[in-house]
Amino acid sequence: MENANFLVVEDSPTMRQLISFSLKRFKNAKIIEAVDGVDALKKLSGPEKIDLILTDINMPVMDGLKLVSLVRQNAVLKNIPIIIITTEGAEEDRERGLALGANAYISKPIQSSHLIKTISELLSV
Amino acid sequence: MSEEQRAEKFLEIFNKGKEFTEELIRENQRLRYRVASLETESPSISPEELQRLRDQVSHLTEENRRIQQRFREVEEENKDFASRYIEIEEQNNNLASLYVASYQLHSTLDFREVIQIVQEIVINLIGAEAFAILLLDEKTNELKTIAFEGDDVMSGLGQISTRLGEGIMGTVAKTGESYYINQDVDGGGAISIDKPLAAVPLKIKEHVIGLIVIYKLLQQKDSFTAVDYELFSLLAAHAATAIFSSKLYSQSERKLNTIQSFLDLLTTTG
Repeated sequence: MENANFLVVEDSPTMRQLISFSLKRFKNAKIIEAVDGVDALKKLSGPEKIDLILTDINMPVMDGLKLVSLVRQNAVLKNIPIIIITTEGAEEDRERGLALGANAYISKPIQSSHLIKTISELLSV
Repeated sequence: MSEEQRAEKFLEIFNKGKEFTEELIRENQRLRYRVASLETESPSISPEELQRLRDQVSHLTEENRRIQQRFREVEEENKDFASRYIEIEEQNNNLASLYVASYQLHSTLDFREVIQIVQEIVINLIGAEAFAILLLDEKTNELKTIAFEGDDVMSGLGQISTRLGEGIMGTVAKTGESYYINQDVDGGGAISIDKPLAAVPLKIKEHVIGLIVIYKLLQQKDSFTAVDYELFSLLAAHAATAIFSSKLYSQSERKLNTIQSFLDLLTTTG
């Protein structure tokens, strides 16, 4: 996938940088960063068309699950693929995230190759 | 019918039989000739030709065997390339983690921010659920918690206080040698506030300024991986210098402010 716009929603600068690093594997990828759910919604309403959202769950102001839920309820944004990247590795957390409408759920620490594969699958559909 | 008429009729039938018999003989001859012609048109293969064809078959069989052998070799090479590719991918991933950790640690001179970054690395890159960062008080020779995470799974993380040389943590701080136990082998039950999963000294050269002590990994993580040990090595050195620099910086900032205030006071009163 070339020229894709990714929205990385993470409160940790370390994780934002690490995820952005992985996303640079996609040719001409544009990475837009947000520090929480509210910031993400602002970026989503901006001029850039977002192709995929990668979000953490535990964030201040608005968490990732709330963000997923709001995106899925929005007529314009509801079809954007969403990947949850989180430290919450329990099966019930995964099920909750996917039930809210996330397309994939990845537990930290992330493996770059796994992330790339998941994104490629979602964007090739 | 008269005798004469009957004789003529018989002769007519006889002549027709004769004609038919002659026709059969001619057809027989024609077929014999055709068989002979066909036999001439398809001569049997000479021994030389047969040998040549046999040599050709043998050559093609050998060629086929060589191609199959090369195919197997190429398949093996492909497997090697695939496994090498996976290895390089992993190395790339590990290097990215190490680069990001190093970059972030040296991105600020604010002490609280540096500690926050160390916490982020331990949570997100190593995958620890319960851990503490201890700093050594050089006046009292005591290691004390300055930051922690996961107090709900290991109580008392916020109040750790150990003397240099005492217990596992004190020994790690004194010797500068990291301590690890394998969670898979030793089990989570053996872990206590005094017996962590890992204790990594924060060192500036041989001078230990504190420890990172890990008590529990995230649910989805069974044990430490190769890159975790690399990250521990990186943290041992880079986190130590980042913490030390930020402490010095904040101290010098405070001193500068004090001197500036003093100078302001002298200028005003003078």
